[in-house]
Amino acid sequence: MATETTDAVAGACVDAGGSALGMPQLCADWMPNQIFWLVVTLIAIFFVMSRIALPRIGAVLAERSGTITNDIAAAEELKNKAAEAEAAYDQALLDARAEAQKIVAEAKAEIQAELDVELQKADAEIAAKTAESEAAIAEIREGAKKSVTAVAKDTAKELVAAMGGSADAKTITAAINARMKG
Amino acid sequence: MAEEKAEGGLVFHPLDQFIVKPLFGDGPVHWYTPTNVTLWMGIALLAILAVFVLGSRGRAIIPTRLQSIGELIYGFIYKMVEDVTGKDGVKYFPYIMTLFLFILFANYLALIPMSYSPTSMIAVTAVLGFGVFICVTILGFVKNGASFLGLFWMSDAPAILRPIIAIIEVISYFVRPVSHSIRLAGNIMAGHAVLKVFAGFAALTLVSPVAIFGIVAIYGLEVLVAGIQAYVFTILTCVYLKDALHPAH
Repeated sequence: MATETTDAVAGACVDAGGSALGMPQLCADWMPNQIFWLVVTLIAIFFVMSRIALPRIGAVLAERSGTITNDIAAAEELKNKAAEAEAAYDQALLDARAEAQKIVAEAKAEIQAELDVELQKADAEIAAKTAESEAAIAEIREGAKKSVTAVAKDTAKELVAAMGGSADAKTITAAINARMKG
Repeated sequence: MAEEKAEGGLVFHPLDQFIVKPLFGDGPVHWYTPTNVTLWMGIALLAILAVFVLGSRGRAIIPTRLQSIGELIYGFIYKMVEDVTGKDGVKYFPYIMTLFLFILFANYLALIPMSYSPTSMIAVTAVLGFGVFICVTILGFVKNGASFLGLFWMSDAPAILRPIIAIIEVISYFVRPVSHSIRLAGNIMAGHAVLKVFAGFAALTLVSPVAIFGIVAIYGLEVLVAGIQAYVFTILTCVYLKDALHPAH
């Protein structure tokens, strides 16, 4: 800020003590100097900026924005790929689920069919066994009836004989048959 | 206007800081003499080189600190030129960048104690302001021919008012470079002179705390003014350029 004037600079703009006479800004003696050096400085700045610095910075900025654009595009592509992969995964999952359901249904049907066959077989077997048993029971019943008749005949003959009577077999059998029916 | 106040033996020379002195010897100041003006303009040039040439040396995609400062200023001015003057104004970007950088760096370097402020000199800012004015006017006529004069003719104003408005527009057009240059020089000079006055008062024991606080406050203000004036000068240049490229209202 401050450039103290210690030694007197002779001229129309400075007094003997080295202080400014009036505004230094308005001192015409100094103006050509300032204008000359200003023009030199501006030309130097302009050439350096327009030849070296500005194209370089512009190129760096363009390159950076290009890199960013490319990176964003690549990211977008990867994102799309990821979405595709996800869709494929979902599809595969759905397919697998449908397949599994199909297999389950098939297995169920197969088991049901087998079960039906087995049940029928078992029913038939049970029916056969029942019939057999019934036949056996009927036979046994028949046998029992015969035995009872025989025993009754024998007992009746013995009883008649014991009472001292004699009975012919025909009459006794008829009597017993009549009783058995009753 | 040399303010020589004798106050308790204090003598203020707030304007002595603007005296142009030869760098070598005590001879007269010729137009080619290297002076303190030369020195501080040269330092501004070197600072610009350091930021923009040295800083962008690496051409790094991920910028270094210095490079990102350069890129920030580049982007700021580029956007300003593009926004104000439109796409066809972008080819004048290097000129506007040159003006902005010179004013910005000269203003901020002038805030270093014992430095010199070239932008406080009316001769310097007048060259800048009138340079812009002359270039823009020539450009306007070259680009638009006589239709550049349409800038002064408000076709959407009532017919009676048009000549009056045209006169006012012409006057305001020719006042532009004056206000453009005096605004910058006046702001910088006034700020530095006020700082110097406060600095003179700081020698008085009684008021020195107030004076030193005042220096700090004014200095802070000057930091703002330095940036704002560079910005204002640049954006007005863009506006004038826009008028030259698109004179129709």
